[in-house]
Amino acid sequence: MAGSGAPIIQLRGIGKSYANISALRGVDLSVRQGEVTCILGDNGAGKSTLISIIAGLHPHDSGDYLVDGQPRKFSSPREALNLGIAAVYQTLALVPLLPVWRNFFLGSEIELGRGPLRRLDRAKMQDVTRNELHRMGIDLANLEQPVGTLSGGQRQVVAIARAVHFGARVLILDEPTAALGVAQSGLVLRYISQAARSQGIGVIFITHNPHHAFLVGDHFIVLARGEVGLDMPRADLTLDNLMFHMAGGKGLSALEHEIQGERTASAQAAPKAVGPT
Amino acid sequence: MMTVTTEKTDVEVPRHVPQVAALWRRIATRPEAGALGGAILVYVFFFVTAPPFRHFAAFTTVLYQAATIGIPAVAVALLMIGGEFDLSAGVAVTMSSLASSIFATKLGVGLVGGAILSLLLSLAIGALNGWLLIRTKLHSFLVTLATFLMLQGLNIAITKLVTGNVATSDISAMPGFNQLQTIFASNIVIGGAQISIAIVYWLVFMALATWVLLRTKVGNWIFAVGGQGDSARAVGVPVVQVKIGLFMLVGFSCWFLGQHLLYAYNTVQSGAGIGNELLYIAASVVGGCLLTGGYGSAVGSALGAFIFGMTTEGVIYADWDPDWFQFFVGAMLLLATVVNTWIRLRATKGK
Repeated sequence: MAGSGAPIIQLRGIGKSYANISALRGVDLSVRQGEVTCILGDNGAGKSTLISIIAGLHPHDSGDYLVDGQPRKFSSPREALNLGIAAVYQTLALVPLLPVWRNFFLGSEIELGRGPLRRLDRAKMQDVTRNELHRMGIDLANLEQPVGTLSGGQRQVVAIARAVHFGARVLILDEPTAALGVAQSGLVLRYISQAARSQGIGVIFITHNPHHAFLVGDHFIVLARGEVGLDMPRADLTLDNLMFHMAGGKGLSALEHEIQGERTASAQAAPKAVGPT
Repeated sequence: MMTVTTEKTDVEVPRHVPQVAALWRRIATRPEAGALGGAILVYVFFFVTAPPFRHFAAFTTVLYQAATIGIPAVAVALLMIGGEFDLSAGVAVTMSSLASSIFATKLGVGLVGGAILSLLLSLAIGALNGWLLIRTKLHSFLVTLATFLMLQGLNIAITKLVTGNVATSDISAMPGFNQLQTIFASNIVIGGAQISIAIVYWLVFMALATWVLLRTKVGNWIFAVGGQGDSARAVGVPVVQVKIGLFMLVGFSCWFLGQHLLYAYNTVQSGAGIGNELLYIAASVVGGCLLTGGYGSAVGSALGAFIFGMTTEGVIYADWDPDWFQFFVGAMLLLATVVNTWIRLRATKGK
């Protein structure tokens, strides 16, 4: 399913410098409802700078940042959050020893009663948590269990489900699968797809794993040294093509030839060494 | 290759029926489970070895002993759940008695005025502890060690300066003494036995603290602030206010016990209270509080205080040298920490 309607957020020629070093130059990017935009790139390519601008951590220096068509310049993540732009970082903002449902509502607790009898609406919060997690494919027998006892993927999903529940329209996921195994990554990827398709959320998925990106992405942007190296919808792209760009394009194919050459040379010198062909 | 569901609107997942765990399971996974077991063991031990311990009158003495540890320990437990220490609590109790007495006698504000000024002072010292912690970013162990030493010095120095003595003068003849004594230090008769009102306050404070911890927003914040302060801040929990508030709560509990002791004995020794801060912390730890914060309970701190109360009195009833008490506290602490760690590991693994 392709994204529909006007973009929720749109970046035009965004740039950012720290002191004299330019970290980002001329980046264009649109995020539409129900669409997963993948941002790929090597370490130091400018991914972190880009998401910190989108999430409101740092203001941009040049270009335009439009939200619902209105130009914006955020000075705090709270301002971005108020417009429904939420970031889920690798640290996840969860408290390991706290039960799942308490984590889910931490800082936004539902209360009932008044005056000194004002208290947590435990039943409602547990219901909502159970439903939100179930909707995303996680079913916990015991919501009182501490978040720290969940698997890495489940924790990731709790953090994402929380952001979605509290009104995120654009979800920025910073390397959500970086520290996870294959099965756990699958869980998170399924949820990313779920959040975008069935809940109509615009997802910005930051990763340096092209396999993960290609599974869920609708649109791909590869950053290289602070500039956009590739900007393509899924329809125009193959996984090989994406990996080629991701790995540094022509530079890598040159390296590949070089290594292949060395290998053949050493294979001829020592016939017993058998390498994969 | 993993598959991704893109067409379905709802992922098919077998759904657990939320079930209520068995009662023993629920008790065993609470932070105070170890302390409950320990309290029962210690009770049985002294019941067998010390015949006078079996009388109800002895039991009320035990409860009173426990209350004098337990009142500050409830607040200290909350503070520890919030991830901080307070080493100044022991001398802060004495400070609040001294301040109340000295303000009343030397400033001419009367006993009520003295109690109110002493309350303000106690809250201010709590707030100062919290503020110093936030500003210096030092560990609360260091900050409150400093305030502990300063208060200890001030207690004795100012008392000597003002009264020319190491103790305050008797306040029992002053107007209003009887009313304040009724509030802070009276006895009530239950079932033919006299019990101190301090016991009632202790149990009320424990119940209130438990309510706040488990049923209110602030309680959720206390656990979160101690468990992972950065995460709590990231989701909008007012971390600084929670921490300062907790230190002020400890200040309040010290004030309350200080007033009780003042109106129970009419006079205060300025050097008293040193070392008690460790008892409050020990009671909280025996009761299941983690030194690293984010875990523990108010009921646990009360059970810890009860264990220490039983030990203090039990040693006397068994006719042993009272020095055995300190040994017992140490042994209890060691045992409790090991047992609690083991229980928590089992609990968090969901077994």
